[in-house]
Amino acid sequence: MSKVIFSIRRFNPEKDSKPYYKDYEMNVPEGATVLDCLNLIKWTKDGTLTHRMSCRSAICGSCAVKVNGHPKLACKTQAAEEIINGRMKIEPLGNAKVLKDLVVDLEPFFSKFQKVKPWLVTEAAGSQQSAVNVKETRQSPEDFHRIDAASTCIMCASCVSDCNSWASNEKFFGPAVLAKAQRFVDDSRDKATLERVINLSEANGIWDCTHCGECVERCPAEVKPMDRIVSLRTTAIKMGIVNNNGARHVEGFVDSIRSSGRLNENIIPVKSMGIFNIPGLLSLIPVGIRMFLKGKNPPIIHKHIDEMDDVKRIFKRLKK
Amino acid sequence: MLTHDVIIVGAGLAGMRAALEVCDKYDTAIITKVYPTRSHSGAAQGGVAASLANSTDDSWELHMYDTVKGSDFLGDQDAIEMMVKDAPHAIIEMEHMGCVFSRTEDGRIAQREFGGHSRPRACYAADRTGHALLHALYEQVIKKADKIKIYSEWYILSLIVEDNVCKGVVTYDIKTGRLEVLRGKAVLFATGGYGRAFSITSNAFASTGDGIIAAYRAGIPLEDMEFVQFHPTGLYGQGILVSEAARGEGGYLVNGKGERFMEKYAKAKMELAPRDIVSRSVQTEVNEGRGINGKDYVYIDLRHLGREKILEKLPQIRQLGIDFIGVDCIEKPIPIQPTAHYSMGGIPADKDGQVIIDDKGTKITGFFAAGECACVSVHGANRLGTNSLLDALVFGRRTGKALMEFTGNAKLHDINKNQEISSVRGRIDTIMNTSGTESMNNIRNELKEIMMSSCGVFRNKEGLETCLKKVKELQGRFKKAKVTDRGKTFNSELIEAVELQHMLEYSEVIVVSAINREESRGSHARTDFPKRDDAKWLKHTLSYKKPDGGIELKYKSVTITKHQPEERKY
Ligand SMILES: Cc1cc2nc3c(=O)[nH]c(=O)nc-3n(C[C@H](O)[C@H](O)[C@H](O)COP(=O)(O)OP(=O)(O)OC[C@H]3O[C@@H](n4cnc5c(N)ncnc54)[C@H](O)[C@@H]3O)c2cc1C
Ligand code: FES
Repeated sequence: MSKVIFSIRRFNPEKDSKPYYKDYEMNVPEGATVLDCLNLIKWTKDGTLTHRMSCRSAICGSCAVKVNGHPKLACKTQAAEEIINGRMKIEPLGNAKVLKDLVVDLEPFFSKFQKVKPWLVTEAAGSQQSAVNVKETRQSPEDFHRIDAASTCIMCASCVSDCNSWASNEKFFGPAVLAKAQRFVDDSRDKATLERVINLSEANGIWDCTHCGECVERCPAEVKPMDRIVSLRTTAIKMGIVNNNGARHVEGFVDSIRSSGRLNENIIPVKSMGIFNIPGLLSLIPVGIRMFLKGKNPPIIHKHIDEMDDVKRIFKRLKK
Repeated sequence: MLTHDVIIVGAGLAGMRAALEVCDKYDTAIITKVYPTRSHSGAAQGGVAASLANSTDDSWELHMYDTVKGSDFLGDQDAIEMMVKDAPHAIIEMEHMGCVFSRTEDGRIAQREFGGHSRPRACYAADRTGHALLHALYEQVIKKADKIKIYSEWYILSLIVEDNVCKGVVTYDIKTGRLEVLRGKAVLFATGGYGRAFSITSNAFASTGDGIIAAYRAGIPLEDMEFVQFHPTGLYGQGILVSEAARGEGGYLVNGKGERFMEKYAKAKMELAPRDIVSRSVQTEVNEGRGINGKDYVYIDLRHLGREKILEKLPQIRQLGIDFIGVDCIEKPIPIQPTAHYSMGGIPADKDGQVIIDDKGTKITGFFAAGECACVSVHGANRLGTNSLLDALVFGRRTGKALMEFTGNAKLHDINKNQEISSVRGRIDTIMNTSGTESMNNIRNELKEIMMSSCGVFRNKEGLETCLKKVKELQGRFKKAKVTDRGKTFNSELIEAVELQHMLEYSEVIVVSAINREESRGSHARTDFPKRDDAKWLKHTLSYKKPDGGIELKYKSVTITKHQPEERKY
């Protein structure tokens, strides 16, 4: 047992005008998880400390908190591994309003799932009809594996906590919701794939992810949300759902590399907006002027790189 | 006062399954103290039983016999028959709703072996079956968001029953600390189990028997409370579950001498004997000094299954071992000990979830119970693995249908709102305003220790009586225990105190029922009465709360249809 200082962010809306950190010094029993430590503090030192928990076996998603700056499931994190110079910092999840201490408001998170219709769409859904259909819908083990990863999501909101896109745009569906969407898009039993992919390609959907990879890093389950988002983007392009900024951006990107081996940053924004999208194009002008004034505009004349043969070979290989 | 046609308390499999049945026609509310996907059903790992016969021959008749025998003949056979006949349909329905299942090569739902089942009939989604089912139901519930109002993080504190008619519930909004009466034509309790009263348990912090205590305080008896299932393979020191799937896939149990000791206790079924038998075997090894290094645990060894099979079939179990005790089961055996796991007892209900309060079939009009908080009784003295998810689904669904029928002809009742609120307010104030010196934490720990050591896998009169004395002492000390958080917002300290009060109350019921039952049957193993005694004890216990707070025990007969009691051998 070693003495550790737990620095916990506290906030009680009934008393405090703003959050503050309170230190608790405690021996960490061998094998204790972060949740065990929070409970020991609550039960033996300060009953007012407030956090959520239920299953304590990493499956219900209640106990996610930030440990030393990043979200973790308290119940599955060994405390010993998180002690840095005798200290551990515990804070509520990010990108959410704090209700009290480590408890955040999850209503915005949960209510967003509705946007992607997270339920199987089949002719036989619901118990009334299924009385006729007395056998399971067949699904191959391979098809099961395509949705297995996303279906391990425990809705703990860890991914959202560190999501950069969510931080800059609260309307962004977020990693968990998009992973849930992938689980249905790729479900061999689902009959609404096209409709789903169209919906997901709109603003705040799959193209709003900035690819920072935080969600993959933070997810305590096997979901790897960003990988699911990439898979959705691939599906969208394959299905020809390309009439949107995100898909056009990707296509413009590919075109530019194919023709010159580098990004033509003058053309890509235009392609992303769509050549015929006059208001969209006009909206780019102020950005262009600001870039010019700050000396950040790309060169007007776009040159190709010397190794264009290599580029062509790569594209040929990819095509195969 | 809020009003809904149907009020469902609990958002586990039973509660949500029922909600889907009635919501199209009647305004339905679900009250749950945790967000629906946090319900403990999600923790179920191994599987859900149905005689789909996807990998071998199987039939409901075989499933029925296995269940009756597993229950040590205390299960009510009419209800069991109903459940196993409904099972294939209930599972197919879940599959059609979108539940993700592991598959056979030809695309059917995969099935594995489980203890006490004579055929591989556990349908599963890797080792996350409960999670897959819970999320599939949740998806359907949010599809019906306009018809089902969910009150997440609302806590029910009392059930309103007058003259055998149920009128509604009193709830506490955890986020704001506000008390609210919810009035309904029908109320369904699907509040889950009560394993938290034991020091080693696989149950969630939320499994504190709130529903059964609310019913008990409203004058409804509790049935067969002495039957608490101990699962043989809890992670040592933690109680977190290593699913029976680990044995279903071929894991060995090994003692300190390196022996597969199940050979001595259940030669034919070995590790796949029912849980009560395996738990007693583990405990006997430990008690007789054959634990690992003489300590209080043995090993479950999965190494011979090989890396690939473990990663494919038991990924979560492997991860739990790594995260919680630093053991990777691919390389090392996992230390395990019996853990309090499942509550066979509960609120007495019939096959349609209707709550019945005596042996004459007297109903509480408008009050229903389903899932682990109910005692139908399909599990009798010992539940077979994978039969409880099934129970929650089948009886959730049946009760939903019963609610449909009932609600059509039912009416709302007058409730004296102020009186109901002030009585619950009084109870909270009493807890909040004690300025005593006792610590909730000590009381809780002492309760869990004594329940585990004296009312656990093995029991005897002397131990149980000491236990009862201790529980009563702790109840007294609780009155002097202090809550330091005076706030209204998310006062989890208050909630935990309320839950401790529930645990203290139902523990007494468990112990008193256990003292009285002078025989060994299923999970109830009395060293002083080691034999099953059908002549005297082939009957269900009913425990009533007397006006003076004491417990009155009555009994009711077991329904036997197809299978006469016989000796139970595996
Ligand atoms: C670790 C583990 C593994 C298991 N594995 C299996 C398995 O493989 N196969 C199998 O068949 N069974 C298994 N079981 C048993 C099975 O999971 C449960 O019996 C079943 O899920 C119970 O479902 P339920 O709907 O009755 O209750 P739960 O899922 O426990 O839900 C209870 C609900 O009631 C609510 N609630 C409780 N009290 C209150 C209150 N005061 N106010 C408001 N709401 C309240 C909760 O919020 C929750 O929503 C397992 C159990 C455990 C613990
Ligand atoms: S308590 Fe359930 S995930 Fe940690």
